[in-house]
Amino acid sequence: MTNIYLTIVLAPLIGAIIAGFFGGRIGRAGAHWVTILGVGISTLLSLYVVKRFVFDEQEVFNGAVYTWMVADGIRFEIGFLVDKLTALMMAVVSFVSLMVHIYTIGYMADDEHNWPKDSLAGRNGYQRFFSYISLFTFSMLMLVMSNNFLQLFFGWEAVGLVSYLLIGFWSVRESAIFANLKAFLVNRVGDFGFILGIAAIAMYFGSLDYREVFDMAADPARGFADKEIDLFEGVSVMSLICILLFVGAMGKSAQVPLHVWLPDSMEGPTPISALIHAATMVTAGIFMVARMSPLYELSETALSFVMVIGATTAFFMGLIGLAQNDIKRVVAYSTLSQLGYMTAALGASAYAAGIFHLMTHAFFKALLFLAAGSVIIAMHHDQDIRNMGGIRKYMPYTWITFLIGTLALIGFPGFSGFFSKDAIIEAVNASQVGGSGYASVLLTIGVFITALYSFRLYFIVFHGKERMDEHTRHHLHETPAVVWVPLVLLAIPSVFIGWITIEPVLFGDWFKDAIRVAPEHDVLAHLGEHYHGQWAFVLHGLTAAPFWLALAGFIVAAYVFWHLFSKDPQIEEKLRGRVAWFYRMLDRKYGFDDFYQKFFAAGSRGIGRAFWAGGDQAVIDGVLVDGSAKTVGRFAQLARKIQTGRLYNYAIAMILGLVVLQAIFVVF
Amino acid sequence: MHSLPILSLTIWLPIIGGVAVLGSGDKAPNTSKWTALAVAVVTFLVSIGLWTGFDAGTAAMQFVERSPWIESFNVYYYLGVDGISMPLIILTTFVTIFVIIAGWEVIQYKPSHYMAAFLIMEGLMVGVFSALDAILFYVFWEAMLIPMFIVIGVWGGPNRVYATIKFFLFTFFGSVFMLVALIYMYFQAGTFEIVASQSGLPSFHGLRLGMTEQILIFIAFLLAFAVKVPMWPVHTWLPDAHVEAPTGGSVILAAIMLKIGGYGFLRFSLPIAPDASASLDWLIIAMSLIAVVYIGFVALVQQDMKKLIAYSSIAHMGFVTLGFFIVFTILAKDTATSNGVLGISGGMVQMVSHGFISGALFLCVGVLYDRVHSREISAYGGVVNTMPLFGAFVVFFAMANAGLPGTSGFVGEFMVILASFQADFWYAFLAATTLILGAAYTLWMVKRVIFGPVANNKVAALKDANGRELFVLGSLAAAVLVLGIWPAPLVEVMDVTIQNLVQQVAVSKIPDAVGPTVAAVQF
Repeated sequence: MTNIYLTIVLAPLIGAIIAGFFGGRIGRAGAHWVTILGVGISTLLSLYVVKRFVFDEQEVFNGAVYTWMVADGIRFEIGFLVDKLTALMMAVVSFVSLMVHIYTIGYMADDEHNWPKDSLAGRNGYQRFFSYISLFTFSMLMLVMSNNFLQLFFGWEAVGLVSYLLIGFWSVRESAIFANLKAFLVNRVGDFGFILGIAAIAMYFGSLDYREVFDMAADPARGFADKEIDLFEGVSVMSLICILLFVGAMGKSAQVPLHVWLPDSMEGPTPISALIHAATMVTAGIFMVARMSPLYELSETALSFVMVIGATTAFFMGLIGLAQNDIKRVVAYSTLSQLGYMTAALGASAYAAGIFHLMTHAFFKALLFLAAGSVIIAMHHDQDIRNMGGIRKYMPYTWITFLIGTLALIGFPGFSGFFSKDAIIEAVNASQVGGSGYASVLLTIGVFITALYSFRLYFIVFHGKERMDEHTRHHLHETPAVVWVPLVLLAIPSVFIGWITIEPVLFGDWFKDAIRVAPEHDVLAHLGEHYHGQWAFVLHGLTAAPFWLALAGFIVAAYVFWHLFSKDPQIEEKLRGRVAWFYRMLDRKYGFDDFYQKFFAAGSRGIGRAFWAGGDQAVIDGVLVDGSAKTVGRFAQLARKIQTGRLYNYAIAMILGLVVLQAIFVVF
Repeated sequence: MHSLPILSLTIWLPIIGGVAVLGSGDKAPNTSKWTALAVAVVTFLVSIGLWTGFDAGTAAMQFVERSPWIESFNVYYYLGVDGISMPLIILTTFVTIFVIIAGWEVIQYKPSHYMAAFLIMEGLMVGVFSALDAILFYVFWEAMLIPMFIVIGVWGGPNRVYATIKFFLFTFFGSVFMLVALIYMYFQAGTFEIVASQSGLPSFHGLRLGMTEQILIFIAFLLAFAVKVPMWPVHTWLPDAHVEAPTGGSVILAAIMLKIGGYGFLRFSLPIAPDASASLDWLIIAMSLIAVVYIGFVALVQQDMKKLIAYSSIAHMGFVTLGFFIVFTILAKDTATSNGVLGISGGMVQMVSHGFISGALFLCVGVLYDRVHSREISAYGGVVNTMPLFGAFVVFFAMANAGLPGTSGFVGEFMVILASFQADFWYAFLAATTLILGAAYTLWMVKRVIFGPVANNKVAALKDANGRELFVLGSLAAAVLVLGIWPAPLVEVMDVTIQNLVQQVAVSKIPDAVGPTVAAVQF
């Protein structure tokens, strides 16, 4: 199996290298074929791995590929851990990536229009784009397949690098290169915590290998469950480690207050918004916490922290989605909100539910982004929903698939999102960890918000009056097959994957080897006692609050954004006028961006200038260096006066000196 | 004993070659350039013999050469390498090749003298790393300054006189105290052998010294090495020297000369005065952490690309000294799972890696400077539109400078952060701020210089890097990648030497004292 796993990661890497270094020579078709081939191989082999786990009782693989280094008794290795959690992630990542690769052929077909005529950077932009997304696939697979913390960090930073390169892909746009720097730096704030967490693991466990660390953590003889540290009063080692690691996840998975980079990342081309900033990379934090479940189970403090952050993100970011007019940004805030749901599930120890939602979300959110991209292509790269309307007539495939994605997102009974979101809400309800009451309320109301912003978007874009200009309307038509076929292929799992997989993933033993849950936290086992098949689950869902809240959200959205809006497109402005303070708060995104810009960005430049002008230039150079040089100069001036050149002066000095010396000899 | 005196060859080949190039003059500049390149390449190939013939299983000195030099003072021509000095020698011979190539068409004024200065400097720097006799070491140490002084003074920028004098005074100020310490130890030991005495007398490493003596010796060495590294607050000569130095001078300064300071701590300060090091480690740690944080902020606001990279160098060298001096805190803690090797290894890896990365970044600035004749960030913008290949290299080296995993810049920082966590959470906390600060100052520069729309006509007229420049940048990029993806060979070759060093510093050197190093003087 080692060779299969190696092929899965290396095939996209080789594709990326060929498309990146020889893009000019192999041309556009060469670049997209070689990368699609690479990712296609990964997808097929990943599905094969899943198949072996499902049907052939495949053993868990845990082995090193090579030794990175050995220092101070710690082995730093590059290696794979492939269990069912990994297999699921591999399949999701490679499949979504393959869809995005195919879609990109259509999306980037006229990329040269995005560059100034004489820019050499844009010349092989198409090939470069394919190289980046294949490189991303390699990095993401390395991340999920890692069997140790070092390689996890490698993948973690590598996906961040590719994200940086892709957000700033159109590097001639000031907004794009602002957004990619912001994304990288905010992620680095997360990584700051992450690397300290890894350092803590290296210190307390003396190893960076998952298996060894998890076994030690679970071993009661070592007493990690209640080991305190002398550093912070009353904080256990495990709480410190888990919270530090989670700070990394907050950066990568865009949790409040490190969420600010994700909406801006929409400056990148839409295919990567779907692949990186919705389906895969941003879920790395969720995956990481689930992978570390043996550690998180030992700290209720950390679990509470995770749950509160997740619920806060889920609710408050969803609200902002109501106030956005850029089609991609609405979907981006929706992603933030859904990531919050997953995080909250982790905090409730319902790791399986978090991963389950991660999977369903990967399909339907990639679908929503790609469908939005399809609209954007047809609209000639106008992303403002106020200029859209009535698009369903012109783009039937995009319309239907977008609707399917929306239904999955709001949790329409039977669709994939229904199962996963319902499970999360139920799990948080059942959780006893501190903060679960708060989380439970926010997540439940969040369902209403989700339905409201989702259908607002849907009705404004696809229904109502056609508000685009005549030229755009004239050219409005369905996008080519390379664009809509991936939509259809993503729509299928968006509908069915929940139905098919809920039983093994949530209530079966799919994650038995990968995820450890302490019995007192095991809310999913509790839910499983009441689980009697998909039909019963759906029927139960129809009687529960989330369904009625979603329905209410749909009805409000339909009334306002379909019924009223088609009569009066200004209706939204009028409504907003009534709650101006509320709208302004949402429009300013609660002030996070302004605060960070003024306090951190401008603040650190101020500190830098103060240190430089005050420390380096004034004190060190001014007083110490040049000052002492001047002092030496002054002494030299004095000394020069002694050197008179007159013999009698020197003679007097000699006599005085002799007298003094003799006096010393006499006295001592 | 090896039949071939590889170390002597590595020292004298470039020096003699340099003198020959100097003598040939500028009548046939191409001949002298090619000769210089040939000498540099052959020297590198010879030095590879040190790597292949090296026995990583012992901490003893290897490739030892020893013959009397000034017999009345017991001074010997005594050379040898261990796992600490050998990688630094190869770094020196490797980087010199690219300095020669980088100056190929750019240096119009007396190119043969320019090439000769770097070849002679190469030999002298290898001499510093391999000298085992203190007087020989001191001679190489001071002599090495002369070619650098000339390089900055002759081929430097408009403010070169201020910069050279500042550079010279700073470094000279530090080294006179070192000379005093060396002579003092000679009076104690009767020999100038630093380590591995063959004369029957105790070498400097074998001397037992009282606490007061150790403290004074430690401070004398600190003055010399801290200026070289440079550590905060004796760092201000470096940005000035870099700004005025020609590209090649900056590369050698950043890639090799700074390392000599770090090397000095490992060869002299720690093993000769372990008790003083243990007492004063807080001072070095504080200076290192200030270098990481304070200098990181200062780098953020620089307007001049070379100054920015120079400040970045100081911050990165802060990791080196931090890694070296946390060993005592770790040894004193019973909860630590490390024995301090990780920090010192990390510092060494950081030195080698910084040699590649900062060298490459200075070369990148040189590529732009040769075309536009400005180092101001504001003079650029959107360079990638006219120089896509070059832009890719800049982004790569910037990421390496920001410590991205997969590049060599990550390895050393990672090891030092891991090790400093073992010493103290707050050390690691402050050190890890480099993840944010390092990325901020490096990538903000990249954003303003490389990305964006074409800023002005000069940028619009730029020609992408030529084959020669691409070769230089490509070779360094390969080195950065290989060390980042597979650091094991470098770490393994140093391992035994560093373990031996840690064992040595763990034992007190105070006369009659038995047992662990004591931090007798508390401040």
